[in-house]
Amino acid sequence: MTEPAVAKNALELRDLSVAYRVAGRNRAVLRNLSLTIGQGEAYGLVGESGCGKSTVALTVVRYLPRNGSISGGAISLDGQDVMKLDAEALRRARAESVSMVYQDPGKALNPSIRIGRQLTEIFELGGITGQAATDRAIAMLNRVRISDPPSVMQRYPHQLSGGMQQRVAIAMALANDPSMLILDEPTTGLDATVEAEVLDLIAQLRRELSASILFISHNLAVVSNMCDRVGVLYAGMLVEEGPTEVVFNDPRHPYTVALLRCLPRGGQRKDQGRLDTIPGFLPGIGAVIKGCAFADRCALADDRCRTELPPLYELSDERGTRLSRCFHHDKAQSLPRATPADVAPAPKPASAPVLRVAGLNKTYASHGYPLRAVKDVSLDLRPGETLGLVGESGSGKTTFARLLLGLVPPDAGGTIELEGKALAPKLENRDDDQVKAMQIVFQNPDSALNRSHSIRHLIGRALKRLAGLRGAALEARLNDLVRSVRLTDRHLAVKPRQLSGGLKQRVAIARAFAGDPRIVVCDEPTSALDVSVQAAILNLLADLQSKEDVSYIFISHDLGVVRYLSDKIAVLYLGRIMELGPLEDVFSGPHHPYTEALLSAVPKLDQTETARIRLDGEIPSATNPPSGCVFHTRCPRKIGSICEQQEPPLAEAQPGHSIRCHIPYAELARLQKTAVAEPA
Amino acid sequence: MSAVQTTSQDDTRKRGPLAEVFFSLLRSRTFLVGLAIVLFWVACALFGERFAPYDPLADDIINALAPPSREHWFGTDQIGRDVFSRVIVGSRDILTVAPLATLLATVAGTALGLLTGYFRGIVDDVVSRILEAFMAIPVVIVALLAIVALGTSKTTVIIVIGLSFAPIIARTVRSAVLAERELDYVAAAQLRHESALHTMFVEILPNVIPPILVETTVRLGYAIFAVATLSFMGFGIQPPSPDWGLSISSNYGMIGGGFWWTVLFDALAIASLVIGVNLAADGVHGAFND
Repeated sequence: MTEPAVAKNALELRDLSVAYRVAGRNRAVLRNLSLTIGQGEAYGLVGESGCGKSTVALTVVRYLPRNGSISGGAISLDGQDVMKLDAEALRRARAESVSMVYQDPGKALNPSIRIGRQLTEIFELGGITGQAATDRAIAMLNRVRISDPPSVMQRYPHQLSGGMQQRVAIAMALANDPSMLILDEPTTGLDATVEAEVLDLIAQLRRELSASILFISHNLAVVSNMCDRVGVLYAGMLVEEGPTEVVFNDPRHPYTVALLRCLPRGGQRKDQGRLDTIPGFLPGIGAVIKGCAFADRCALADDRCRTELPPLYELSDERGTRLSRCFHHDKAQSLPRATPADVAPAPKPASAPVLRVAGLNKTYASHGYPLRAVKDVSLDLRPGETLGLVGESGSGKTTFARLLLGLVPPDAGGTIELEGKALAPKLENRDDDQVKAMQIVFQNPDSALNRSHSIRHLIGRALKRLAGLRGAALEARLNDLVRSVRLTDRHLAVKPRQLSGGLKQRVAIARAFAGDPRIVVCDEPTSALDVSVQAAILNLLADLQSKEDVSYIFISHDLGVVRYLSDKIAVLYLGRIMELGPLEDVFSGPHHPYTEALLSAVPKLDQTETARIRLDGEIPSATNPPSGCVFHTRCPRKIGSICEQQEPPLAEAQPGHSIRCHIPYAELARLQKTAVAEPA
Repeated sequence: MSAVQTTSQDDTRKRGPLAEVFFSLLRSRTFLVGLAIVLFWVACALFGERFAPYDPLADDIINALAPPSREHWFGTDQIGRDVFSRVIVGSRDILTVAPLATLLATVAGTALGLLTGYFRGIVDDVVSRILEAFMAIPVVIVALLAIVALGTSKTTVIIVIGLSFAPIIARTVRSAVLAERELDYVAAAQLRHESALHTMFVEILPNVIPPILVETTVRLGYAIFAVATLSFMGFGIQPPSPDWGLSISSNYGMIGGGFWWTVLFDALAIASLVIGVNLAADGVHGAFND
């Protein structure tokens, strides 16, 4: 402010208000938002879905949808007033000084144009043509660490993996050397291993380039690793801002405090306590907010909070400038828990397994070649136990679950035993008791709940078919079940589309529990949900488990979530179990190199991690798996030709803990210990 | 335990999906114009005798082939029947036969579409090939065969057009069902050991209603055209009905003699009804695909 010529900010938003016109009414999405991003700074914007994060990104380049309008405030990009730019100047600003990278790279790239052409096009806009443009394009691909750029230039987007596509999208964004790079959830759709790669790349590029970054994400851990400063958005308002480390370690707004408490952190487990949740809901867009937007959901709120909008208090100290929009910022961290942590003592798992799987295989035919989706999987599960199934996408997790449920018949030979009785491979041939004993909670409730039926019908039908109830008995059980998943009577009459994602998933859980199942498969049940809702669903699953003694097969790519709920872990790679064992053994190691890499890829809030192991490329095609150990092509600890020639057996290294690796257990222990001691 | 989530922000959306479509239809000018035309002809079909200045069947040989005048707005035909009255009352048969034929096509097509889309595999292959073979035969040939078998009557026309259009509707329904089949609620139904019939008709059918409604309104336009064509060829509605197609068929020989009014107004009536239905169908299509 003092020397505008020198300290020119890369981006400055002042009192920005944006509204969307919905059903004939203007509804506020951003409310008097002010924020500043300095030259070369990486600024993270976090908040739950519906807070207005993406609207910020679109507003910066005045690229709002047709029903959106900027109702007040100022935007200045590199000292230039964006609001005053005419169409031509705006086009130039978008072409030259700002670049955006979106969540889905598959949609950002034109599917019918080769990568090379899409890249050179950008240079041609800037007047560089022919060979010069091609050279620049190759240089850009090199810069985003794509090996063999000339061959990649000849390919179409669908011929590249998701991670490669996102690299290309980043290369395109960086092509004109923008001063401002906006990344809107750039890694959200990617596997953890690929996400880690892309984040590494962005971090490296930051050191090479001068661009300032606006990094938008719902994932607090990702933001904490990538950004210098962070702003927390709630209902279109900035509620807290400050240096990333300070905000995440010493939050001063109850919303930030609550958000951080929802995450299962530091290896927290279901028997150690429940996760905290945030009661209530985000105010809808356009809601009239009197006082603090978070007051309805905040246990610290008093009358003043409900009537008077708190100013942004400046709480600067030696750790930097920070802001909090809370009257009670000094005691924000004393926010009482919304959910008590206490748990009922879990029943000791009985010794007889409820499920026993032996030698299960599934081969699909893919263009005449066999595709081994699941290969030789054997494991068992005891009552009240959770088996966590982890692995990258394409590792066979979901296929395995579908084989168990009978939705897909396995190859002949393998056996699935439920409570000592062999199950027919096909669902039609299983008896009603066997069918109701194994149920599933799908990943996407929009697909899993029939949108034409009311909630009462959805749960009632399951009770009728699975529990065999009729009339008054059904009604009574329905009410019990609805209450046990913490829905209320008023939810019964509505259709799924009228419920939020978390409520829909509760309905799906109620339906799965209708017939008192022995085993419930949970296929990424929280991956589409915000963290506060995720916490409530995880708590619910843990509570139901300790009450009903049900076993879970829990599939998730989020290792923090898997760790919270699981007792036992199976790590899958190309349809094979690479490691199987009790939770603590698998997580604390020594573990299979693949498990090691998966764990290393997880972005962590507390940056204590030192060893970094990155996997190159993607999971190979299951139609043509590598010879020997299937993991050898990406293994950071490959020992030699034995890995390429012989497939190692899944050997029991310790009682109950099996690893499929040629490296002896003791050697793995030594290697992995040194890796932690010496940061790579 | 976790706080009971009693309020949902999404509860604010009060209208159901069908109500949403209804309101968007009321805003569609295309639909409203189409609907007005169709309703006009429906009113004529229901209460035609009350508007008509003359008995549409009463002949008046002395005034035969009179050009349009104040007494006979659209003139008279070869035996002196009032063309205006005949055009008004002539909507009755076509507006009975075409909707019934469309209804038959919709019911049969939906059932076939559900069957092929749900079972896929061999059922789909066999049934779909048969339907395709059926679609390859021109309606007129089917009509001739049906008349030989069933004799000429309105029922024959309904069956011929209904069965000819059923495969087209079946194809639309099948592709919608194939997409629904992949959704997890179908797997959830299987995990309750629901019968195939329940899954098809209770689970899937309600979700494929929108494409069925669109296809039905489009087919109605074609059905009107087909009924008129068959009547013109003498395969359908029989005299003495003042049906449009039939009137054109019995009078078109007169055009050469300059008696254009015996044909023109019936032709315009057919065209306006087809256009009205098509405009309405366009509106319905737009409302479902907004």
